[in-house]
Amino acid sequence: MPEQLVFAMEVFLNGLMAGVLYALVALGFVLIYKASGIFNFAQGVMALFAAMTLVGIQKGQVPFAHLINAMLGTHIHHFGWHIHSFIAILLTVGVMILLAWAVQKVVFKHLVGQEPIILFMATIGLAYFLEGFADLMWNSEIKKLDVCMTANACLPQGINIPIDEFTYGIFGYGFFIDNLDITATIVAIILVAALVIFSQYTKQGRAMRAVADDHQAALSVGISLNFIWVLVWSVAGFVALVAGIMWGAKSGVQFSLSLIALKALPVLMLGGFTSIPGAIVGGLIIGVGEKLFEFAIGPMVGGATENWFAYVLALIFLVFRPQGLFGEKIIERV
Amino acid sequence: MKKTFVTAVAALMAAAPAMADLVFPSLSYRTGPYAAGGIPFADGYADYFTLLNERDGGIGGVMTKLLECETGYNTEKGVECYESTKGQGALVYQPLSTGITYQLIPKTMADDIPMHTMGYGRTSAANGDVFSHTFNYPGTYWNGASGAVNYLLESNGGDISGKKIALVYHNSAYGKEPIRTLEELQKKHGFELSLLPVDHPGQEQKSQWLQIRRERPDFVLMWGWGVMNQVAIQEAANIRFPMENFIGIWWSGAEHDVLSAGDKANGYKALTFHNVGRDFPIFDDIQKYVVDTGKAAGAGDQIGNVLYNRGMYAAMLAAEAAKTAQAIHGTADINASQMRDGMEALEITEEKMAALGMPNFGPSFTVTCENHGGPGLVGVTQWDAASKTWSLISDFKPTDMEVIGGLIAEDSAAYASENNIPSNCK
Repeated sequence: MPEQLVFAMEVFLNGLMAGVLYALVALGFVLIYKASGIFNFAQGVMALFAAMTLVGIQKGQVPFAHLINAMLGTHIHHFGWHIHSFIAILLTVGVMILLAWAVQKVVFKHLVGQEPIILFMATIGLAYFLEGFADLMWNSEIKKLDVCMTANACLPQGINIPIDEFTYGIFGYGFFIDNLDITATIVAIILVAALVIFSQYTKQGRAMRAVADDHQAALSVGISLNFIWVLVWSVAGFVALVAGIMWGAKSGVQFSLSLIALKALPVLMLGGFTSIPGAIVGGLIIGVGEKLFEFAIGPMVGGATENWFAYVLALIFLVFRPQGLFGEKIIERV
Repeated sequence: MKKTFVTAVAALMAAAPAMADLVFPSLSYRTGPYAAGGIPFADGYADYFTLLNERDGGIGGVMTKLLECETGYNTEKGVECYESTKGQGALVYQPLSTGITYQLIPKTMADDIPMHTMGYGRTSAANGDVFSHTFNYPGTYWNGASGAVNYLLESNGGDISGKKIALVYHNSAYGKEPIRTLEELQKKHGFELSLLPVDHPGQEQKSQWLQIRRERPDFVLMWGWGVMNQVAIQEAANIRFPMENFIGIWWSGAEHDVLSAGDKANGYKALTFHNVGRDFPIFDDIQKYVVDTGKAAGAGDQIGNVLYNRGMYAAMLAAEAAKTAQAIHGTADINASQMRDGMEALEITEEKMAALGMPNFGPSFTVTCENHGGPGLVGVTQWDAASKTWSLISDFKPTDMEVIGGLIAEDSAAYASENNIPSNCK
């Protein structure tokens, strides 16, 4: 087999893996948009906030330490304990639920019935507030993320040796697949399956779908809109935590995590804003497309094509399917 | 000379009327994607001036005042900070951003305020004959590129012809700075250079590192900043690229760049133009007069870290230039124009560094009207993951000024001709 074709296969597989990571971010957007019609600009910052909270809880960091020290003249930074990853994740989920409740209570409850653009602007405000709040709460140092279930069972990173050896045996060239990407794929599959089960087979999930279909109709049968929106923001917060863990493991938990939202936008344009399968398939297409383009065309045009090519790919799809691959076609009658 | 200087300053102190503070603006970034690098630098810069105030009563008897303005590493905000602070007696600007530097070069010339872009910014500003108000001593990016190649030559028996070197760089004006020098050095030494740009912010670099894995370069150089550094080091570890063959510029060699990769970052190297660690008497003074008295800019836990040291070193060079300006002009209450003269006559000797509590912290050098870039000496540091410390593993060595000098002359001549700039050094 020609060498370039083998390399292209490796790039293709890595593109799929990258696509899963993009889809993880896009999922949070879809959940909120589907249930409330809000394009949540703060989704990337929620991933940052969730990951910072997880590390802070895990390492016993005192929240708002700088503020407390400045006001009281103390020098406290840590409680001196280290919490197991699983408990820290549960506590972080609790914080994200609290955040969802606060967002609903303080912001969106007062904006019911407003134009979508107003709601969108509110999420921009929320994003910048949350960015500063996260900084104040956990400080802006880069934090190492260690998610371990036991001392020897941490989030794996680095080349997957069996795949490397297997492909070397076949092609004479071992493929590089990152163990973290494989883990992310498994987690994404479990997450999507859980979301499907939740929305299809639980009372709250069905209520969530009812609200997504028609707010007025849902209200008329006694579904609490406030509760459902808190629920949806909580689920989106959980998805943000998962995305924050996966991306944070690559780079450490730091401010740039909030920019991963940029990677989700072309995925949403392509997959549609209202479809969970759309987010997954869109992610995969963007991941593979940008990686193959960079591999084949990048060297001819000076490289660094991925950021803009993802949007070109999404725009091409939009021309033919404005609602995205799996999005609902909205027909407005005058 | 030293005696005259001391006498002059003593006389100034005795005769001085009530004077305004010496104002040093700090265009810092404590927020945003690059805050992790911006904070320790800003803290080091601030703490040194606090030390001078607390221990020495300022510079030449005049207290210093730090004017901090948040840029968020954003060029527009940086220019806004400059405009809003320049009227408050600003003596010298340190923008800590190549993008802001490019915007401020013509402004500082017009306003007669000097700017110090230590180890960043526009490399050809080293030609003081054209760039009268920009100083980039003690080294530039082009010194960095040459320093990296020299180090590789030295560790490969003086011959790297036929070797493959990949440059992974931030796809911005900053990241592209070393390319021209490396291309010239490629012709001279016969190595093969491949260029791998990474788009801002650099969170996703799979394509670049897959290419490195396929092409198997002998060495990888990196011009990164922010999250790009941490991801690159992690990806290098993932593909098992030998860390000892991976060298970053000085903006890719701080503690936070390597810590997130854990033990896998062990052996990674970075260039430097100053020493590392906290084993210098100056830090005892900072601890005593600044941290212990609760006057530190941060929590006081960054002392000895690479970027804290760099910020402190930048402040020391600014303070020494201010002292030189006071001696030249016979007044302790200097203005920006006089500060520029002080920077252009700055002389840093090992004797002076030792007296400041910083023995062997940085190179000795003399600034002249023609040479604002200093000696361009470059050292190499290496990360030890077990002890979580950087160590200087080479001396500060000269770079290829034959190549760099030619490029500086060419680039600055083009700037002078485009902007109709007269010679500064007649």
